[in-house]
Amino acid sequence: MTTTAERPAAQLPPPPRRRPALRVSARRSLTAWLFLTPTLLILVAFTVYPMVQALYLSFTDYNLIRAAEWVGLDNYTELLSDGSFWNAFGNTVLYALVVTPVTVVLALAFALMLNQAFRGRAFARTAIFLPFIVSLGIIAIAWAFLLDPNIGLISHWLSLVGIVPEQGWLSDPRYAMAAVMIVGVWKNVGFYMVIYLAGLQSIPVDMYEAARLDGAGVLQRFRNVTLPLLSNQTLLVSVLALIATLQAFDQIYVMTRGGPFFRTETLVMLVYREGFQELRFGYASAISFVLVIFVFILSMVQFGYLRRKQVTY
Amino acid sequence: MTTTKPVRPGKPAVGGAATTASARRRRPVNTHRAATWLLAITSVAIGLLMLLPIIWMVFTAFKPESDIVSAPPTLWPRELTLEHFVEVWDRIPFARLYVNTIVFAGSVTIISLLFDSMAAYALARLPFKGRAVVMVLILLLLMLPFQVTLIPLYDMLNGMGLTNTLPGLIIPRMTNAFGIFFLTQFFLSLPKDLEEAARVDGASEWRIYWGIILPLSRPALLTLGLFHFQYNWNDLLWPLVMSSSVETSTLPAGLALFMGQHVVEYGLLMAGSLLAMLPVILFFLLIQRSFVAGIATTGLK
Repeated sequence: MTTTAERPAAQLPPPPRRRPALRVSARRSLTAWLFLTPTLLILVAFTVYPMVQALYLSFTDYNLIRAAEWVGLDNYTELLSDGSFWNAFGNTVLYALVVTPVTVVLALAFALMLNQAFRGRAFARTAIFLPFIVSLGIIAIAWAFLLDPNIGLISHWLSLVGIVPEQGWLSDPRYAMAAVMIVGVWKNVGFYMVIYLAGLQSIPVDMYEAARLDGAGVLQRFRNVTLPLLSNQTLLVSVLALIATLQAFDQIYVMTRGGPFFRTETLVMLVYREGFQELRFGYASAISFVLVIFVFILSMVQFGYLRRKQVTY
Repeated sequence: MTTTKPVRPGKPAVGGAATTASARRRRPVNTHRAATWLLAITSVAIGLLMLLPIIWMVFTAFKPESDIVSAPPTLWPRELTLEHFVEVWDRIPFARLYVNTIVFAGSVTIISLLFDSMAAYALARLPFKGRAVVMVLILLLLMLPFQVTLIPLYDMLNGMGLTNTLPGLIIPRMTNAFGIFFLTQFFLSLPKDLEEAARVDGASEWRIYWGIILPLSRPALLTLGLFHFQYNWNDLLWPLVMSSSVETSTLPAGLALFMGQHVVEYGLLMAGSLLAMLPVILFFLLIQRSFVAGIATTGLK
């Protein structure tokens, strides 16, 4: 309404229009940079610079006390023959390969269940989501107690059905990794479920009606309607979950400190140990760069996906 | 289900098909009801199982130590006590940890929301030269696992004398690539009419940002606010690295350090943990509705 009143007024003086317009765009550019200033200053000083510094440190023998000395590729060649690096690398990959698919499948199953209408649904949704917002570091203390061989309730319940590890769940080399994996799944499954629920609710009901009229059963409707229409969510959730699992640290630090016998030591745990306990900053930086390359490759997949999605919108 | 049928009376053929379909469906109405009940019971059981560690934590916090360590362990307390909740404030510098965590998570949330939204406003609403470069930078940083900056960042802040201080914890977190990306996506989806009208009326960009865009973005800001708040409140690694003692850290790091030294004091640790988790849970329950709506309507879809 206001535009109709203003348009003729704006068109009235045509000759001096060019210069103010240029000035307006220059002013807007300046404003944009002003809006960006605090963010850019902080990002450059506390993220970009440290990252470059980490790359530099990974080529030195810096250890906080002694000044950094350039050692070339020594840290990286040491990595290749370092048993504890390969152990942590293997543990990280194992953790990611188990936790990611289990979390995604469970999240989808929960979302399908809780997309139906029934009494108790709101409770179940909140209960499944709640672990995502509590501190993993704090709740892992409760998990450690629940799995304690003497006072642990879950240990006790499992012993009632005859499952008794020889040395307690967290100190038995065969079960400790499984325990921290379960906690990892438990923590994040609710978040991915919410993403799936949002996806399910955007599927038009007509699709199901049409499939039903064509005589498709429940399984067929799931395979041919639900799953293809959720492929966006599945890709997003899998990449998010994979990246998160590669950075596993919190519950492992609290429940096992990487033990027993380094069976649960992940790459981030190793960075922490080499960096802040052994104070080998150069070597730890090299390990962290291996992690960066890992995550970066996976993120490129995600970025490609997000950009493609932006275009189709 | 049946209400959709009379809405489309146009095609008799479809109507006929629908009636036969509904007749086929009506027969197993009892099994349908049974299935719903089964679904409800299963879901509630899964929900309770998911809550088990939290429920157990609540009960254990109220159990006397003798009850906690007596075999066999039970979920339900045999006896109730408040002693752990009283003791925790003396045994751990708990008030100090609490204040540290509130200041850390609170100020990071507020400052980051401000800086993130300012940057997102420029990226989404102000066409300028260099926008593509900044956008690529943000996306690159989005992919960066923060663990890689940990050692140089610690070294740098240590050199500035900021380790073991709250500013040292807060300053590097005052803006966040994910937050900028999230809000940019949201701002791009807002209609342009209002701000164009304001611009014609001569409003400054700051006025438009503060007076029009931010109020329109309430659900997105609340969602991101919860993300920032819970992420920082819950973070373990960063405060663990930045603080060398229980006094200067936040709740998760402080409790983890305390647990490392006094592993046997179960009741105390559970009372402390429960108190430490409460604010985030309350925050979530308060804004739950807009949080889920925020996820559904923004970039995470």
